[in-house]
Parts: sequence; structure tokens; C-alpha cells
Amino acid sequence: MEATEAGQYIDADEIGLAGARLLLDAAGALFWPAERMLIVADLHLEKGSAFAARGVPLPPYDSRTTLALLARLVARWRPRTVVALGDSLHDRGAGTRLGSEERAALSDLGRGREIVWVAGNHDPDPVPELGGMHMHEVTVGPLVLRHEPAPRGGECGAGRQAHGEIAGHFHPVARIVRRGRGIRRRCFATDGMRLVLPALGAYAGGLNVRDPALAGLFAGAFNAHLVGAARTYRLPHHVCLPDW
Amino acid sequence: MSSNALLTDDPLAHDLPPRFRDWFAARGWAPRRHQLELLERARAGRSTLLIAPTGAGKTLAGFLPTLVELSRTRNERRSLHTLYISPLKALAVDVARNLERPAAEMNLPVRIETRTGDTPASRRQRQRRDPPDILLTTPEQIALLLASADAEHLFKGLRRIVLDELHALAGSKRGDLLSLGLSRLRRIAPEVQTVGLSATVADPDTLRRWLVPQDGTEEALGDVVIADPGAAPDLSMLDSAERLPWAGHTARHALGDIYRMIGENTTTLVFVNTRMQAELLFQELWKINDDNLPIALHHGSLDVGQRRRVEAAMAEGRLKGVVCTSSLDLGIDWGAVDLVINVGAPKGSSRLMQRIGRANHRLDEPSRAVLVPANRFEVLECRAALEAVEAGAQDSKVERSGALDVLAQHVLGMACAAPFAADDLYREVITAEPYAQLPRADFDDVVDFVATGGYALRAYERFAHIRRMKDGRWRVTNPFVAQQYRLNVGTIVEATMLKVRLVKAGKGGRPRFGGRMLGEVEEYFVETMSPGDTFVFAGEVLEYQAIVEDEVYVSRTASNDPKVPSYAGGKFPLSTFLAAGVRAMLASPERWKSLPGQVEDWLAMQRRRSRLPGREDLLVETFPRGGRYYMVAYPFEGRLAHQTLGMLLTRRLERARLRPLGFVANDYAIAVYGISDLSLAIRQGRLSLDALFDSDMLGDDLEAWLAESALMKRTFRQCAVIAGLIERRFPGKEKNSRQVTMSSDLVYDVLRSHEPDHVLLRAARADAATGLLDIRRLSDMLMRIRGRIDHVALDGVSPLAVPAMLEIGREAVAGEAAEALLAEAEAELVREAMGSGGSDGGRTVH
Repeated sequence: MEATEAGQYIDADEIGLAGARLLLDAAGALFWPAERMLIVADLHLEKGSAFAARGVPLPPYDSRTTLALLARLVARWRPRTVVALGDSLHDRGAGTRLGSEERAALSDLGRGREIVWVAGNHDPDPVPELGGMHMHEVTVGPLVLRHEPAPRGGECGAGRQAHGEIAGHFHPVARIVRRGRGIRRRCFATDGMRLVLPALGAYAGGLNVRDPALAGLFAGAFNAHLVGAARTYRLPHHVCLPDW
Repeated sequence: MSSNALLTDDPLAHDLPPRFRDWFAARGWAPRRHQLELLERARAGRSTLLIAPTGAGKTLAGFLPTLVELSRTRNERRSLHTLYISPLKALAVDVARNLERPAAEMNLPVRIETRTGDTPASRRQRQRRDPPDILLTTPEQIALLLASADAEHLFKGLRRIVLDELHALAGSKRGDLLSLGLSRLRRIAPEVQTVGLSATVADPDTLRRWLVPQDGTEEALGDVVIADPGAAPDLSMLDSAERLPWAGHTARHALGDIYRMIGENTTTLVFVNTRMQAELLFQELWKINDDNLPIALHHGSLDVGQRRRVEAAMAEGRLKGVVCTSSLDLGIDWGAVDLVINVGAPKGSSRLMQRIGRANHRLDEPSRAVLVPANRFEVLECRAALEAVEAGAQDSKVERSGALDVLAQHVLGMACAAPFAADDLYREVITAEPYAQLPRADFDDVVDFVATGGYALRAYERFAHIRRMKDGRWRVTNPFVAQQYRLNVGTIVEATMLKVRLVKAGKGGRPRFGGRMLGEVEEYFVETMSPGDTFVFAGEVLEYQAIVEDEVYVSRTASNDPKVPSYAGGKFPLSTFLAAGVRAMLASPERWKSLPGQVEDWLAMQRRRSRLPGREDLLVETFPRGGRYYMVAYPFEGRLAHQTLGMLLTRRLERARLRPLGFVANDYAIAVYGISDLSLAIRQGRLSLDALFDSDMLGDDLEAWLAESALMKRTFRQCAVIAGLIERRFPGKEKNSRQVTMSSDLVYDVLRSHEPDHVLLRAARADAATGLLDIRRLSDMLMRIRGRIDHVALDGVSPLAVPAMLEIGREAVAGEAAEALLAEAEAELVREAMGSGGSDGGRTVH
């Protein structure tokens, strides 16, 4: 349970990362109470219109869906700072394709708080339409926040416990099978020093945590926290199944 | 063709050119009455439906007018005369072969060719330039041919279209696509005649409407010719001395009887309802096959090469028995089959008749078939089916109108052929039987969808696929659109199939490469497996090793006991018609004499201990058992409708705080179980069954459930693929890019919340009404039983409830309770992980 600024209590699962206390929101976002910081990853805004440009006219409502979710998260946690961990826009042209409603939602989001847009591989350069601040990575206390996790053996590798890391990029999902039913969900993946956030974007797909690209980020055991309707579910990585 | 009564004195026979008369005579044959009648109708310029049983020379009847016409023309005509369209590629190829023979023997100047997905590109090119006289093909190929600029040229001289197995196509999305193709063919060649070939159907008028352009009147009907139905089938139900199982679908009790019958006959086809049942039965038969009888297996997921080998062996008479699924319902004639065994419930009388027809393709001898019920309820169903077949009664198809997603595909195809005016295309489309009632507004929505996705938010004008020009006609915007159309054509959205490859079990969980291909399985089947799980496939127990790209690696295993269970129910739900038959039988104890003694006793016990379900009433029993409370209802509306009902009932019980835990459904009954005493709640007035079963559940409850239903999402995906919104997945194409691959579930969620009335969601809801969710049937049932619920509170389980109760725990947990499963997994597994003392990052503080 966590008391927010507004005095309400919110259910969220708590984890520790390099000594910092963090809360996992079931919508797939992270809240850092000590810093009053809301952290999200991989919004992939305007992915729908990027597909449309390639001849696949997906419903053009993905950006507003994602931004509405972000607005709900902000209303819920009342953060001082919002950090988006890169790939906030799906491609380089995405900023110019944002509709007026989406632009309005973005400017509402920035009102009264600081927004940090971390560079991602889809959006390496600052995008004027987003407003806020553009950074390559952010270091706060014991944690480094960046888009793509650093290769293992880097600063959060074995023996060098200097910084924990929060990253995105991989869109982790986990799959389990129970009683003949397969369940595949977005998830957080963490080993206590590194945390990979799920993608928040309405059209963002996912990569299985058992994929070598993801599992290889962790030296040994790690947990997947699968997002549910109202809470997250923690499962050790070895019970998660690879994709079929 | 057999040598039945010669009809040479038939006045119609004189219309036959001498060359044909001689040909028949040389074989000691005479043309059949219906063959001559078809010739006469053709001469009168009439489009005609021929209803004939298998073995009646249906195909020759369809082609006779064409052959006669072509025998009279010289070689100068160089355009397509007759198009033959079959639901099966293999059938088109087979019919071509069967047609070549008389053409050659009569020395007719006729060129006959097939065109399927397997036809080499060079020949397909040539066929456009230099078409044969007769082209045999499939609905998809017609769509492709019509979507090209030379369609007018190719089809303008077309004289006749022969639609084979029309009953199998009509009423499906493939049928919708074909009907739209017909509407275009008729516009290109207004004089064209159509001939529909069909098995007996409940409603021939629908098929007759297919054959002629619809104009909104009742009179727009093709002619109909009904052939002599031939000898009545010799049909019986196996009366096994063994104890009849309460539940299950494997019919293990009858194994010895089935084996004995295979031994006693020349060739026996053993039909079952699902692939898994086929696998299991095949395995069990080989376990007792002491005489080493050649018994083979045939189903749609086996490797094509293997299926062809089985078919060839059967044609050569080298097999005693073939265990098969609906993969052999239609198709090529096998002369030597002298017995059909149908294991499990037939589910519908029309399907059963089709299967019976597979035995003995000689019209004047009865087909022999034996029904083998796999459990007690199936005995009732088999009995009802026997009576239906005796009475020649067919299931009626559910009325449906043409699918909007298929229309979207067609509209794009027509734009690829040539620019179109919306008014003209609309007028053309409504001449097709399934679209005769299509509102103009729906058509316009579809065109809008094809152009830009059809969203209220007009965001994609600049990415349009088709665009309106100054003269008002719609034209494709770039050549890439036509290319996309060609890749997407067709309405069969296979569940993504994964190839099954046999490998040697490797060390350390790393399977080795190579090995034999066994066939294909649906992705969603593999979805439920973990490495090490065992399952039956291609007649063996296999261990699931890994997925490598689009292949499932499996190895042989010593285990005899597959861990992953077969699907609990049959693939097809019980037809409404047979359901009514079963209800009628239950309600009439005087008819129970015709049932096996065990079944009669069972029903008599039900009458003593509880009550019998009435003809029109809904019997609902409530009782406690083992610390839980059960409610069992007997709607007899088929598994799909029952599953939907179960979802909705548990939602409502939950809202009433009656704490349901789950439910199971079979074709006959639904059992809901929970931890509140439902008998007590009813007695105290806290629960009203009338309210619980009120049809208002099809409002908000249904909507809320559809939002998260996996079945609904699957239905949506199929519509989105057919309509061209989501690209078809080609095997292996997406393997590296799941991260960026669009999941249709995400699209469904977004579209549903922003534009719930979008044309694709309407298409998906229409499918849900008759498809995987069977909402239409559920709704009919709820109306029927209004005020007619017959509740009985019991002390314990009733005899009739036993089969449903046995499904509990056997069937995968029904419902969409993913959250509950996640919580369960977490509770169990985190404990284990904590105990193992590994580096555990998440320190949960409570």
C-alpha cells in the first residue's frame, strides 16, 4: 500500500532495485515514491499511422489510447517527474503526424510537472511536438534510466554494483500455461539490479522473456511480473515458457 | 455409372447426338433420367439445380450439356465455354481426369484444364491468353481471375458455370466470395447458364436463388431437377455388449467391435469428429491389431504427401480400414468402400448422410453404415439421427447474410480489375443470393473501409487504397494495392499452422535438427504445451521439445499415456434439428424401447430420482456434492451455445454474490459449480431462475464479456484478415519480429473502445452470432424457455447430470479466468522460488 500525495492508498506491488523502493503499476508503469517519479517505456505513438502509410490502415486511435492511459497514471500517482524511456514515437515522422487531440493531451501532461523524453532507437533526436526535456539517459541516486539496457558486464554487471538500471526497448512479455490455457502478458523483468519495463503503447507487441536477447540481460535468475487487471503477478523466470 | 434400367426409350434420349448415344451403348449404359433432364433445361436456356445422391452420375450430368454443345462446334472457338468450380482442389483435378476419358473416347474436340494454387505460373499465364474450353477451378482462383484487367476478355464468351457440392459452399464465407464472383461473371457474360450440383438439402430454394441474379422478388429461382434417391441406406447403431461409458468421446468400449467390422469388410471408413479422436482411435486399433490389418489414418493436419499415399492405397484397394475426420467427407469417389462406421455422435443428419454416401458409390445398392455412440447421450443422438435419415430429414442451415469482410475483399478485387462506380457495383452485388438484402449504407461503409479503413476520424485520406476520381468512379491508388490483394485473396483463415518435425531427443534440452516431417498442428494447440508434454499425433505418442522458427520439434517417447488431453467435445455442435429429436425422445418414455437396455435404465432412473427434460421446457437441477453446490441445466443447444451461456451465467451469479467457481459444457447440458448453496438461494428468493436465464443477458453482460473473450478476438482476427486490414501471416515471416508484429488483439481493443460500430466489428459480431459463440442459437433458446423453467432441488447428483459432472476437471478450465490462473500460478510458484534461494530481485513487502 502506498499513500500518494492526495492521501489515497493505492495497491501496487513493491520491488527493490539496487536499494531503491519501486512500485509496479498493473497498467505497466513504474512509480518511484522517493523521487515522485513515474516511469514508462516504449509508447510507440503513431504506430497506427506508420502502418497506414505502408498500406495497412490500422485504427488511428492508438496514440490517444496510450496518452489517455498515461494521463490516468499521472492522475493516480501525481508524479513530480514523468520519464518516458525512449521509443516514445514510433518513427521519425511520427511527431508531425500527431493529431490535434494528441497534441493537446501531450501539453496537458506537461502542465505542472517535468517530462523527460529519453532517446530511443525509434526516436533518437528531440521532437518539438513532444515538449518537455530530451535526454540520452538519466541518473537518479542509485539508478540509471535509459532506453536500451547496457550490455551485461557493464556498470550493472557482476562485481560492479555501482548502479541499478531501469530500461525499456525489449517489450518483455511472459507466457505461462495453467490448466490447459496459455496466458501471455506484458511484464516487468528484474533481477534486483536491472529492471526492464513492459511497453505501454497500445499497439506495442512483445518479446518473450525467455528469448536469449532478453534473458541474456540477466546473469542468473530473474522474475517476471505479469500485468493483470488490477495487480501484477510475480513469477520466477524458469516457470515462464518460451513462445511457441 | 452402373447398368441400371436402360432409358433408350426415353423420349429425351433422342436429343442426345448419335456420338453420345453410341458411347453410352458401347459401355452398356444408358443416360440417366436426370442427366437428360439437365440437357433439356440447358437447351431451354435455364439455370438448374440438380439434387442427387452420391454415385448418381451428378458430375457427368453437369457437363453433358457442355460436351454436347462443344461436340457441335468446330475448333474455331477460342474462348472459355464452361467453368467448373469445386470447393476442393483435389476434386477439381479428379473431375478433370474423369472428364478427359469420355471426351477422348468420343473424340470430342474439347480442351479441359485445371487451375489451382498448384498450377505453374507459366500455365496460368497461358490460360489467360489462350483459355481451354473447360476450366476446372476453385472459388479463390475465380476471385483472382476476376480481379485482373483481362477478366472481361477471358469470360465474355462464357456459356456455363457448373458449381459442384454447392450445398457445402453456400452458407459459408467461401460461398459468399463465390456468390460475389458469380455476380461479376453474370455481368460480364449475361447469357451464362449456371448448374448447381448438390446433395439433398433441407431448403433447396436458397440454392436455386444462387443460380440466377436476384432482383428482390420471390420468383428469381433457378429450375430444380431431383434425381432418383437410389436405394435407402442400411443403417444401424452398434449394440455393444460392453458397458456404455457415461462420458467421453473415444468409444474405447467399442474398439473390439470396430476392429471386428473392419476385418469382416473389404474397405471400411471409420469417421470420427476431431483430429484428436482420430489419432486416439487409430492408436488403440493398432494396439489390438493382431492380424496386422492394413489400417491407415487420414486427417487434415497430416502431411499432404502422407494423405495422398493413403488415398492412393485406398483407391488401389490395399487398405482394410481408414480412420478419418471430415477430411474425407467430401471428395473423390472410392468405389471399394463397403462400410462406413461413424464413431461418436453424428451431430447433424446432413453430415451423417454425406458420410454414409461415402460407402458404395453404386446407386442401386444400399450404402451400409454403423453408428457407434461413445457415451449414453450419444446413444440418444444416434437414435435421433437414425430416425432423421430414415425420414430423409435434413438439418436446416442457419439463415445468415453475406459477410461484410468478404464483401470488402471483393470490392478491392473489383477495383483492381477496373475503376468502378459505386452505384453499379452495388446493383451487381445485390444480385448475389447472400447479399440480396444488403443495405446500401452497409455497402458504402465497406467501400469506405476499403478506401481508408473507414474510421470516423478521417486520418488516412492520403494513404488511401482506392480513391474517387472526378468522374465519381473509384480507382486503386497504386500497383502495390493490387499486389496486396492477390496475397490476401480467399476466406480461409487457417489458424497459423506449425510444422511438426520428428527429431531425436537431444541432450540438455537441445533438440537436434533434421528428421521427418509428420504434418502440421494449429498454433493454438501448441500454445498450451510446455516442453516435455506428450501428445498423440500421426499415430504416435510424441514429446514436445521446442519451437524452432515455424516448426515444432517432437521426439518419440516411451510413454503410452499422452499428457495433453484431446479436445473434450466434437468439432461440430449438435444441430438444432437433432437436438429437438433428442428432447422429443427423452420426453416420450414409450419410445425408449428402441434404445439399448442400459440407456433405458438410465433414463428410467432419472425419471424416478429427478425429472425428465420436457420437449419445450428447460430442466434445471440444483444439488450439493462434496462440499460444492451445482446447477445443471439441459438446453441441448450444442457446446458452443452452452459455453457462451456458461460465461454469462457465471458472470450473473458472481454479481448476485453466489460465488460460482466455474462451469463445464457439453452438447447437451451445462453444469455450473460454486460455493454457495443455490437450492437454498432459490428457496429463499435470493435467486430467481427466470431472472437468471432472462434473455437480457444478451445485452450488457454479453457486451462486457465480448470485450475480453478470446473467442471473440479470434473471430475478429479472421474478419480483419479477410477484409485485408491485417496481413496474412505466412509461415516463418514473423519469426524474428514479434516485438513489432501487430497483434490483432491490440487492434480489437483499441477499435472497440473508440469505434464500437466499425464495419469490421459488425462483421465480427455477425460471425459470433452463428460461429464460435453461437449467440443466435442461445438467444432462440432463451426465448423458447421463457417462463418454462422446470427447477428441481435434489439431495445429490441426478443420473442425467453424471455425464456433465464427469467433464469437470477433465476439460480445460472453461471461462476466461486468466486472472485467477495467474494468481494461482504465482501463489504456487513464488513459494517454490523463494524456497530455492536463488537470487531473487523482488522483495515483496506486505
